[in-house]
Amino acid sequence: MSAKTPTAPHIAADPGAAPRSAFASPELVVRAARDAVVKLNPAHLMRNPVIFVTEVVAALVSVLFLRDVAAGHPLGFTGQIAAWLWFTVLFANFAEAIAEGRGRAQADTLRRARTDTLARRLRDPANRSRSETVPALELRRGDVVLVEAGELIPGDGEIIEGIASVNEAAITGESAPVIRESGGDRSAVTGGTTVLSDWLVIRITADPGSSFLDRMIALVEGAERQKTPNEIALSILLVGMTLIFLITVVALAGLGRYAAADVPVPVLVALLVTLIPTTIGGLLSAIGIAGMDRLIRHNVLAMSGRAVEAAGDVDTLLLDKTGTITFGNRMASEIIPVPGVSEAEAARVAVEASLADETAEGRSILALARQHYGIEVPARAPQGAGVIAFSAATRLSGLDSGGRRIRKGAIDAVKRFVMSVTDRGAPDIPAFDAAVERISRSGGTPLGLAEDGRLLAVIHLKDVVKPDIKERFAELRRMGIRTVMVTGDNPVTAAAIASEAGVDDFIAEATPQDKLAYIRNEQRQGRLVAMCGDGTNDAPALAQADVGVAMQTGTQAAREAGNMVDLDSDPTKLIEIVGIGKQLLMTRGALTTFSIANDVAKYFAIIPALFIAAIPELGVLNVMGLHSPQSAILSAVIFNALIIIALIPLALRGVAYRAREAGAVLARNLLIYGLGGILVPFAGIKIVDLAIVALGLV
Amino acid sequence: MTALGWLQIAIILAIVLLTAAPLGAFMARLFGGEPTFLTPVLGPVERALYRLAGVDPSREQSALGYTLAMLVFNAAGFALLYGLLRLQGVLPLNPLGFAGLSPDLAFNTAVSFVTNTNWQSYAGETTMSLFSQMAGLTVQNFLSAATGLALAVALVRAFARSGSPTVGNFFVDLTRAVLYLLLPLAIVSTLVQVWTGVPQTLDATASVTTLEGARQTLALGPVASQMAIKQLGTNGGGFFNANAAHPFENPTAFSNALEIWQMLVISTALVFAFGRLAGDRRQGRALVAAIGIILLAGIAVTYWAEAAGTPMLHAAGLDPAGGNMEGKEVRFGLAGSALFAAVTTGLSDGAVNAMHGSFTPLGGLAPMFLIQLGEILPGGVGSGLYGLLVMAIITVFVAGLMVGRTPEYLGKKIEAKEVKMAMLAILILPTAILGFSAVAAVLPAALAGLGNAGPHGLSEILYAYSSAAGNNGSAFGGLSANSPWWNTTLGIAMMLGRFGYIVPMMAIAGSLSTKTRLSASSGTFPTHGPLFVGLLVGVILIVGGLQFFPALALGPIAEQVQMLAGKTF
Repeated sequence: MSAKTPTAPHIAADPGAAPRSAFASPELVVRAARDAVVKLNPAHLMRNPVIFVTEVVAALVSVLFLRDVAAGHPLGFTGQIAAWLWFTVLFANFAEAIAEGRGRAQADTLRRARTDTLARRLRDPANRSRSETVPALELRRGDVVLVEAGELIPGDGEIIEGIASVNEAAITGESAPVIRESGGDRSAVTGGTTVLSDWLVIRITADPGSSFLDRMIALVEGAERQKTPNEIALSILLVGMTLIFLITVVALAGLGRYAAADVPVPVLVALLVTLIPTTIGGLLSAIGIAGMDRLIRHNVLAMSGRAVEAAGDVDTLLLDKTGTITFGNRMASEIIPVPGVSEAEAARVAVEASLADETAEGRSILALARQHYGIEVPARAPQGAGVIAFSAATRLSGLDSGGRRIRKGAIDAVKRFVMSVTDRGAPDIPAFDAAVERISRSGGTPLGLAEDGRLLAVIHLKDVVKPDIKERFAELRRMGIRTVMVTGDNPVTAAAIASEAGVDDFIAEATPQDKLAYIRNEQRQGRLVAMCGDGTNDAPALAQADVGVAMQTGTQAAREAGNMVDLDSDPTKLIEIVGIGKQLLMTRGALTTFSIANDVAKYFAIIPALFIAAIPELGVLNVMGLHSPQSAILSAVIFNALIIIALIPLALRGVAYRAREAGAVLARNLLIYGLGGILVPFAGIKIVDLAIVALGLV
Repeated sequence: MTALGWLQIAIILAIVLLTAAPLGAFMARLFGGEPTFLTPVLGPVERALYRLAGVDPSREQSALGYTLAMLVFNAAGFALLYGLLRLQGVLPLNPLGFAGLSPDLAFNTAVSFVTNTNWQSYAGETTMSLFSQMAGLTVQNFLSAATGLALAVALVRAFARSGSPTVGNFFVDLTRAVLYLLLPLAIVSTLVQVWTGVPQTLDATASVTTLEGARQTLALGPVASQMAIKQLGTNGGGFFNANAAHPFENPTAFSNALEIWQMLVISTALVFAFGRLAGDRRQGRALVAAIGIILLAGIAVTYWAEAAGTPMLHAAGLDPAGGNMEGKEVRFGLAGSALFAAVTTGLSDGAVNAMHGSFTPLGGLAPMFLIQLGEILPGGVGSGLYGLLVMAIITVFVAGLMVGRTPEYLGKKIEAKEVKMAMLAILILPTAILGFSAVAAVLPAALAGLGNAGPHGLSEILYAYSSAAGNNGSAFGGLSANSPWWNTTLGIAMMLGRFGYIVPMMAIAGSLSTKTRLSASSGTFPTHGPLFVGLLVGVILIVGGLQFFPALALGPIAEQVQMLAGKTF
């Protein structure tokens, strides 16, 4: 299951690209360091109020430092405070830059696929011989182009004529070609992919700059990054806390004067910057970018950060039965002969009936006969035998060989066949009907087997549920997520599979309207719904769902309706997507808690240092035994800056995520990031204090 | 500290819990619109009042409409009280012939009683006529408490309802609060208080001959009736200057216990009622637990600090077991005073039975810090619950993210709007307390009112603004606050602390009530267990209290460490 073996990264398969796991590859770090300086531009930092405030006060202290230099005062302390304040800002910028840098490596790879190729535009879609050559960038929505073997598809579009094999490795990383054809669910093509054989006539569906590839590049680069709803709410909290501490520190100017403990501005600034939540403020955007990046590494493209966040909030998962819950095909699980027929005989006839049957169901009958009944299966149908292929009209398949007519198929069709041979009424064999009834009720599909005028057996075809899917659903249930199976099967079959797979609910004989109605009903009760789909008829439901994952192999309509695209076209991926969304929110919460909890220790470092000159007795609050007031203040500022760097790996990787119920997850994270947040800075500030004293910085 | 002292504290608090739970059930019915055992008697009165006022009780208001109704009602109450105090000299029932109040004192007092603060820059027995006490102050004691209750109930409805455009009718909630809850309790309490020895008369004075044979004039008045609602409504404004330390306001150890019970019972019951109205009683109990933890810590610190006394007292040869009895009444003792001090400040009541300014610095810090935490332990009638719910929203938002979902509280998603308004509300206290204190600390006009120098003087300033902004009303002693600077700025601080908080809080109510209420799943952050209680306590202390630490370090903390080193001010 892909949960245990994460999908290999595809997009940056380019060997020249930076390896993704190493966030500290030298080139990346150098580039991020450069970007960190560029990001000092206040216009950019305005987006991040906490760090913006830090920059403003850093500038203020720098001016004071320059004034001191001009006045010839001793400089060491103010200069060091100023320097570390700038480092705080730079470290925050660096965190963002390094998160963006990882996406940029992928974007560069993608950009190579977006070529300035030439396209052959057809003046008349019906006439392939008359075309004009234009640059791909001049193509507009609605243009019709011809693409032949070996050519790049110039833009996103819908195939209106032709069938071809297409290499989509540029997008999906999967080098095996896929078949694309007009009509049906595989009619969408993506610009930048290559036609390998045959030709296609394509109607362009995206203007230059808004193609799938363009959006993908923008997404991985983070260029289109907008703050997500939860990120906005968190930013407001951080702004509020910054204001509270701004008031605290400004008020201290007046209160300090009363107590004859005038506090110099650089020290007040140091107090402010250590108290405001710079840690989470500095890492917030990196966490968001890294969340998108983690999805991309699972080969899922989210069209917005909002969708990633919504994934964490999902209450209900709509999962297609086929391919997600069960293996795609039904398989034969037993052969039940009527009284008077031996199992071996029935199995032998079943094998004969299936010899020419190339469907997966037919293959499974042969496999069952071989494994369970020990029958030697010939490689092919006997010479001269007439093969009756399955047709939707007759719903029968079989073999005419040596005067014997063997048929298997739907129960009523087989009975009709027997009647037509014997010219009598329907054969009445209670054991046969009982077996059919039992199989139907258990959710299986019964197949009748007949030879000439004789009913021989019922073959039990069963939907085989994937082995570890039940545990996955139990896991989801512990996280409070309901799973709903969507299937075209009748209610009886659906109920049986649903109970076997352990889903919470199912929609049987599901039409696209049913899905849409189900989603709307869930949403009316305030639940967030995720689903995946690929067909055009899935599009309305995909658009309605809070998280709609379209398969890359799906139609253009489906891909446009969803807010995520899975490049692997693996419907099971939905479960991973939910996990990634949750991990993103958890990481934000954990670092916010850590950041706020840090304040306790910082107070104990700075408050005694602030007033000890005026009120020496306050020295008892110096529980860390810091060397001097100056070393205490400087250590707090330095710790405050370094903790941002120290937490960058965590911000990018995300906090450890396990599918457990909320209470357990909270207890664990609270212990690590809440209690840890209170204790770590006590040790950290003490260590920095020892270090700067040893280095003689104060 | 003695076992007996703790036993006394434990018994009083246990009685509060035991009585608050059923009262909470009653209040849940009352504000849930269900009939109560009083309905047969009071129902006709209630309906007659609506007819008289032209209120349609079935027409509910949006959060905005509710807030506007409340603001207009309170503005009218302010104008009426202000006019009454200014015109006191020409109004009846003024046997001692007191003149009207000065504009700044009338402003301060009117704001003070409308906002449920009851900060008193005046001495009741030498300033207020009986008419002002009865028709002015006592009326606002009822109405400000009822206003708080109504607002809290509106917020609780916003949580409990799903997709509702309205949060109730302000006038209905106000009427119910007064008619079914405050009046009956106040009438019974008045009678009990008269029994304990509190006077209830329209005579303004009594002339008595003392044991030494001297003639003495004692101030009297309708004290018991005002005392009952003063405590029940967490108003705290005394009839006399000495407040609940005065033998006519609080004659015995029993009346002391009764007054502590009166202060706590409605606010605590409202938290239980919240659990019931929200459809999950565990939610109410969790909040009570969080309140209990911090309040007990406050009681313990005060009691311990006062029982420990000071090195100076010990050096003077006093029995160390006597603790610090300065500023305390012998009939209440250390435990009765410490419990009263913590409760009156945890509660936004503001009545005092001992002078907080005479406590040891640490013993004085605890009550001040309890006020600064936002008056939510369990806070003023109504205001305590909505303040606590705002803190719970912040708690859920910060910690709830750690479970990997958009945080929810009681099935309502906490999003940008709620966080924004909660932060706006939380900003009010530091702005008003620290902002005004910082200015007052360097302003000669303000410093002139201080009774002490050094850190103790700073404590007086901090305490005054904390008390005003927190709508508490108790004073630290020593500060002479009847001056234009203090009257005006404290009045502004009171208004900010009350209405500056209410408006964003009601915006939260408006936003929440329209949201769909989600049912809890195993994926939602459980807000009824010990984990949440611990978190809430942590957030109240860190987000709500930590910003006052630097100021406190210069005031009571500095004084304490200096006192231990042998220095006083």
